[in-house]
Amino acid sequence: MYKIVDARGVGLNIKQFVIEAPRIARKHKPGQFIILRLHEKGERIPLTIKSSDPVAGTVTIVVQAIGKTTSLLNCLETGDSILDVVGPLGKPSEIENYGTVVVLAGSVGTAMALPTAYALKQAGNHVVFIEGARSAEMVVFEDEVRAASSEAFIMTDDGSYGEKGLVTKKLDELLESGRMIDFVLAVGPVPMMRAVARMTTPLGIKTMVSLNSIMVDGTGMCGGCRVLLGKQSKFACVDGPEFDASMVNFEVLMQRNTMYREKECASLKQFQENMEEQVVELREELAAGEKHYV
Amino acid sequence: MSENRVLPRSAMNVLPLKERMKILRRHMPELDPLVRSRNFAEVNLGLNVLDAVTEASRCIECAKPGCVVDCPVGVQIKTIVALIHAGDYLGAAAKLREDNALPAITGRVCPQENQCEGGCILGKKGAPVAIGNLERFVADFERESGQLGLPANAPKTGKSVAIVGSGPAGLSAAGDLVQKGHRVRVFEALHELGGVLIYGIPEFRLPKSIVKGEVDNLRRMGVEFETNVVVGKSVTLDELMNEEHYDAVFVATGAGLPVFLNVPGEHFNGVYSANEFLTRVNLMRAYNSEFDEPVYDCRDKDVIVVGGGNTAMDAVRTARRLGARTATLVYRRSEAEMPARKEEVKHAREEGIEFYLLTNPVELLGNENGWLTGARCVRMELSEPDESGRRRPVEIKGSEFVLPANVVIIGVGTTANPLIQSTTPDLATNKHNYIVADEKTLRTSKPGVFAGGDIVTGGATVILAMGAGRKAAASIHEYLTRGEW
Ligand SMILES: Cc1cc2nc3c(=O)[nH]c(=O)nc-3n(C[C@H](O)[C@H](O)[C@H](O)COP(=O)(O)OP(=O)(O)OC[C@H]3O[C@@H](n4cnc5c(N)ncnc54)[C@H](O)[C@@H]3O)c2cc1C
Ligand SMILES: Cc1cc2nc3c(=O)[nH]c(=O)nc-3n(C[C@H](O)[C@H](O)[C@H](O)COP(=O)(O)OP(=O)(O)OC[C@H]3O[C@@H](n4cnc5c(N)ncnc54)[C@H](O)[C@@H]3O)c2cc1C
Ligand code: SF4
Ligand code: SF4
Ligand code: FES
Repeated sequence: MYKIVDARGVGLNIKQFVIEAPRIARKHKPGQFIILRLHEKGERIPLTIKSSDPVAGTVTIVVQAIGKTTSLLNCLETGDSILDVVGPLGKPSEIENYGTVVVLAGSVGTAMALPTAYALKQAGNHVVFIEGARSAEMVVFEDEVRAASSEAFIMTDDGSYGEKGLVTKKLDELLESGRMIDFVLAVGPVPMMRAVARMTTPLGIKTMVSLNSIMVDGTGMCGGCRVLLGKQSKFACVDGPEFDASMVNFEVLMQRNTMYREKECASLKQFQENMEEQVVELREELAAGEKHYV
Repeated sequence: MSENRVLPRSAMNVLPLKERMKILRRHMPELDPLVRSRNFAEVNLGLNVLDAVTEASRCIECAKPGCVVDCPVGVQIKTIVALIHAGDYLGAAAKLREDNALPAITGRVCPQENQCEGGCILGKKGAPVAIGNLERFVADFERESGQLGLPANAPKTGKSVAIVGSGPAGLSAAGDLVQKGHRVRVFEALHELGGVLIYGIPEFRLPKSIVKGEVDNLRRMGVEFETNVVVGKSVTLDELMNEEHYDAVFVATGAGLPVFLNVPGEHFNGVYSANEFLTRVNLMRAYNSEFDEPVYDCRDKDVIVVGGGNTAMDAVRTARRLGARTATLVYRRSEAEMPARKEEVKHAREEGIEFYLLTNPVELLGNENGWLTGARCVRMELSEPDESGRRRPVEIKGSEFVLPANVVIIGVGTTANPLIQSTTPDLATNKHNYIVADEKTLRTSKPGVFAGGDIVTGGATVILAMGAGRKAAASIHEYLTRGEW
């Protein structure tokens, strides 16, 4: 059982949780993630660690409700528990002093990119952070974005906050203005990462993207998270999740992420129909504190 | 003690040898293939008492029993069979536990035809004694009787041992070490304990309740378990020894890394490794709609499984149970070379699995949306035997054909789990990334660290992993007692 010591909404359908997980807190490095399972019948889902406190023994995650598991998770509050949390998984981000770095993040990707942006700034880089969101109420962690960067831009699709346009528009402006960019990190929806890769690869700018393939174990045991890099297959959970954007086959990633679309939609619909009941049930199961198996 | 309970021959009303040799091997009752190919209930139902005793009476008590020689851990089969014959089932179970820590499991999954039963003299002319079925019988009898003779632990030594991995190797080492008075803690990466026994071997062959029962016994004996710890990531071997002060570590992480075919098309939707498919279905219970885990909807679909071992056989029978219209096994050698247990091959055939032997996929085909549509295969023929002694399959030119498929599951083998090796530079590995350990002591290149099971040998069997666990326990005990590396 992993206790939630703090839960708070941070944006539309986006919630931040601080979870007691002392082993993970001690070992976490930027770019790594956890896998959690809410209850006995739940699936395992990967979530990036936004920050960790080795002294308090806690890790912070940020969750956007998009399907059943994330919606159920986002119904939990301070004091509730999660059945299983494992990590830190994946390779840490490669932190070096590159010079000028641009970090592009879309929606919940902002939380995922923050620890790496901080680390890059601390390593002496000039960090330009471009945060994108659909509209004002999806803009998250603006203060932290500013703290983690040397320059920050907020972009919204509808122009309801910051500047209007996609994050790639700002990147384009920077490139047009002749800014020297030594390194780019893009974290967010696959089409956004692909668009960034298409802009930076021809210019030879080293670009890393964080791939969100579907995972089960997170330890390299199932191969379900495999992504195509050039002609080579890699496992996102152990060889990634960050990969060199110029090598990534984004089409295959998008196609593989649709594998369970129908079931996911059905299961979300079914959850929404009797959400309250299911949350009560989950709470009871977790409060009983009993782990049936272990 | 148990020997005393063996009744004298005269009391057993034994038939003369000649008559006994006429008794046919007792048949293991099974679920009807039509019924079982639609559910996940255990296929084999277990011998009843009468059949078990009758089967035991077939043993001719050889002076030099070949059965014992061919059991990898030397289970004292002759004595055990005699105890069963005498009706002392608990005595038989106790005797069995002297060499075999997981008898309810090995009785079900050992490849008996290559091991104990392969060595049984009766097999030279007719059918060998059904040793596996008898082993399962006594282990189940013991469990159901509730009179488990859990051994007493030796006084506390003050030493502690960390075990990494909760497969058969880790579990059996844990049991032996806790009995010697050491503090034992098992670290497992997944959320359930049992290794392949839980995530790989399906419910219809090895019910989870049996594995759970063995784990509960260990817990009662004082073994501590910590799930959700990926050693190498959550904590390193050095941290376990230097910061958490374990006096010794046993690495039993198995060979769980899936091997793909490396043919074009392996990224289409519908292509799985057998590990992923079986993990989704077994560990995550995707066959039960109450659970959230999705797996490809196999109903009325064509499923191909590639491989000829237990893993492939488990995957293809699982697909059948999930409602596949056709469930086909594609294997590049002939049936004689199939590494799967013979009983599973028979059960698979009964359940309507189709076999494409001497066939190999060379390309997976898909539609414009990225969904699998079939596999382009070639016919193979067997040439001269290779180093492994098996005849090497070679392609027959111009024999290509397409098998339609919505799902392809690749079960052609696994390799070493790498997470510990990559974070422990002073742990010697061979060129395939398996951990190098001394054959007798299971000591690795790193002082205080031992390794055994599939992570040393490569994918093998439950009983070999269990044997390695026990060997490691003895060696670790010796190290902790003498204190010399
Ligand atoms: C390394 C990594 C880090 C991530 N970090 C975060 C994060 O910090 N915050 C956050 O909100 N989300 C993160 N995600 C995405 C998150 O895991 C998915 O949103 C979640 O699994 C969806 O589960 P669901 O049941 O709510 O939705 P579903 O209905 O199951 O799925 C909705 C969508 O999520 C994708 N998805 C489904 N199952 C998985 C799975 N097991 N793994 C990955 N994707 C899946 C599918 O492609 C689908 O399009 C991360 C993903 C990865 C791989
Ligand atoms: C589908 C399938 C069917 C099989 N059928 C049979 C059969 O019928 N008969 C038979 O004899 N054999 C069979 N086998 C083979 C047999 O299961 C294995 O040889 C045996 O389980 C190996 O035991 P082990 O203890 O070495 O490793 P495993 O059983 O693989 O257990 C290793 C454990 O270590 C954990 N682990 C790995 N890395 C780490 C880490 N870094 N930190 C913490 N934990 C970690 C894993 O999660 C796993 O739980 C089958 C195998 C498969 C896959
Ligand atoms: S452990 Fe396996 S090989 Fe040995 S007697 Fe039992 S079933 Fe046979
Ligand atoms: S070899 Fe067969 S007949 Fe001989 S002792 Fe063993 S089980 Fe009995
Ligand atoms: S999630 Fe199973 S191998 Fe990556």
